[in-house]
Amino acid sequence: MRVVAAMSGGVDSAVAAARMLDAGHEVVGVHLALSQSAATLRESARGCCTIEDAGDARRVADRLGIPFYVWDMADRFREDVMEDFVAEYAAGRTPNPCLRCNERIKFAALLDKALALGFDAVATGHYAQIVDGPDGRELHRAVDPAKDQSYVLGVLDTDQLARSFFPLGDTTKPHIREEAAERGFSVAKKPDSHDICFIADGDTKGWLTSRLGAAPGEIVDDSGEVVGTHEGAFAYTVGQRRGLGLKVPRDDGAKRYVVDVQPATRRVVVGTAELLGVDLLEADHGRWCGPAPSGEVRVGAQVRAHGEEIPATATADGELVQVRLDRRVRGVAPGQSVVLYDGTRVVGSATIARTGRADAPS
Amino acid sequence: MPHYLDHAATTPALPQVVAAVAEQMSVPGNASSLHTAGRAARRVVEESREIIAAGLGAGPSEVVFTSGGTESDNLAVKGLYYQRRADDPRRTRLIVSAIEHHAVLDCVDFLVEYEGARITWVEPDPLGRIDPARVREAIEQDPADVALVSVMWANNEVGTVQPVAEITAVAHEFGIPMHTDAVQAMGQLPIDFAAVGADLLTASGHKIGGPLGVGVLLARRDVRLRPLTQGGGQERGLRSGTLDVAAIRGMAVATTHVTEGRSRERDRLASLRDKMIRGALDAGFDITVSGPHEVGDVSRRLPGNVHLLVPDCDGDSLLYLLDAAGIECSTGSACQAGVPRPSHVLLAMGVPEAQARGALRLSLGHTSDDADVAAFLDALPAAVERAQRAHHAGRAGQAPARTKGN
Repeated sequence: MRVVAAMSGGVDSAVAAARMLDAGHEVVGVHLALSQSAATLRESARGCCTIEDAGDARRVADRLGIPFYVWDMADRFREDVMEDFVAEYAAGRTPNPCLRCNERIKFAALLDKALALGFDAVATGHYAQIVDGPDGRELHRAVDPAKDQSYVLGVLDTDQLARSFFPLGDTTKPHIREEAAERGFSVAKKPDSHDICFIADGDTKGWLTSRLGAAPGEIVDDSGEVVGTHEGAFAYTVGQRRGLGLKVPRDDGAKRYVVDVQPATRRVVVGTAELLGVDLLEADHGRWCGPAPSGEVRVGAQVRAHGEEIPATATADGELVQVRLDRRVRGVAPGQSVVLYDGTRVVGSATIARTGRADAPS
Repeated sequence: MPHYLDHAATTPALPQVVAAVAEQMSVPGNASSLHTAGRAARRVVEESREIIAAGLGAGPSEVVFTSGGTESDNLAVKGLYYQRRADDPRRTRLIVSAIEHHAVLDCVDFLVEYEGARITWVEPDPLGRIDPARVREAIEQDPADVALVSVMWANNEVGTVQPVAEITAVAHEFGIPMHTDAVQAMGQLPIDFAAVGADLLTASGHKIGGPLGVGVLLARRDVRLRPLTQGGGQERGLRSGTLDVAAIRGMAVATTHVTEGRSRERDRLASLRDKMIRGALDAGFDITVSGPHEVGDVSRRLPGNVHLLVPDCDGDSLLYLLDAAGIECSTGSACQAGVPRPSHVLLAMGVPEAQARGALRLSLGHTSDDADVAAFLDALPAAVERAQRAHHAGRAGQAPARTKGN
């Protein structure tokens, strides 16, 4: 097959490209330029799409002897990922931009362009597995639980999965680094990227403030009493405990967490840990990595990238998904994605709109 | 065998150049040394200097060896600016064409940012030609504050040949020194430094079949430059550094080659060029040619330059598809971190940004023949069709706008 290997400049996508080549495919390396300032030099291990990353990717491609191109998708990335990220926070929600990027950029804009140019598929360095099942290709967790990235791929449908390769899903990360070293890749010891690629210094709050401006408001407790102030509700996430700067301690000294963000009134509501526990999730934007489930199904639900999987019951109605968790979990914010599993198989995903409790006292 | 159609980027070294360089590299010799080996090296350098000078219509003492076109442009633009400003602090204005190579443009940016220079850009006409009258207008804004004029001999992207002699005459009317970057012209057009009258001229070895990493700046004896590098005082003190004897000899061998067979080669390339342009225009995609084009013309367009605008395409898609089909060419413009940017030359010529993204440059040279032209014209239709589909896929075909909750 003719395959585009998406090459970020990191060790994972380098090995993924090499493995595709070993498997006998005709491989072309493509680095996506997603940053608005392509010439930015990275100052730490964070971030991506810098001139240095493009150079690292090119070195690997040259070593493999494959053609290498940089595709500029910065405009699409800004519109579909960054602006969405800002809008979601402004609406009091906590988005995961990696899912969004996979849905709109890597397995949409990149894949579409590749197909139009005559390629058959895209390969990435994601840790996940594709398995041929009775209803077509299935997405499964990687064998390395510490690196499993099936969560951020839960937005892919069967057509996209049929055009995707994840050659690292059967290997653990330490083995990938060893393999990269054996292959003589200069990126074998390059640190993993973390956090959000377009917020190079990791300061999400500062980045959002620079885009949304200060919007001061009150921090109130669950009885409505004002216990502090803030410079922008968008900087707070349900479940957050640090950085609240509360002036009035609780009588019982209990720790307080953000339990709600209300952008309309610029209010951030704090409360004790037990207020955080939820077991009902109402979600929209349902995406199915295979046939959509019909009726009530038993699943495992995961609500953050490296969170635990909780047994649950789910029902889907078009794009709307209801999830009842078998037990309460803390710190689930609207905007997060809930990804549903059946064993190791990814059933699909949806974006959490509301949370609640099955036996909430009225 | 791939068809190499990117001679404007670099042209393969001539076999006689490879032989001469290899032979020279096998003998020791610093041309500044006084012993026998040094004298032998010095002799090679000076004979090469004479050959290159003769090939460019210059005197041997006007040849300054450098590491290539970029260094020559830097020495010309910065060296002249610093000296002119030192002689007369008012002379801080640069008059430069908007379609120069980055080796000139980025010197200008540097001088503006760090050295108090001001810039008057001279815009080209829609064919990429710099009108001497526009240079005059630019000078006449205030002739007393101009440091220099710089206009290239022929453009590296669209191949337009500039009226350098006329522009030089205008600059000299006001006593202003003139630099011209002749990197693209030297292999294909007769260059007569004395006849054109320019004060400074840039040329490069690897664009004429010589080695990479060597070039010259022709500098008239009466033009004063401030050197950018200090050291052993080689090259009239203008360019310190041990001379690369082998590369210099290689450039001289290449100069001899392009000078001797020039008129025949020029017509041969122009004929290939015209077939290629005609074939592309007839391919049925509303492809247009940039710059002046008349069949057989070698005075207004470089004989080896084909520059096409393919509608509804990204140049990098075309490059990939053509490369996969064995055709090696270019979009003609520089990248930023590998990201293609619309060409400043095309934008200056008034080409809309969307059209400029579909640029394709094919440049011919000493290895080019009819088979290259035929292979390109064979590969073009399928490549354009695919690239147009990819262009539309990258824009349309987006997932439906996301439904917001709540």
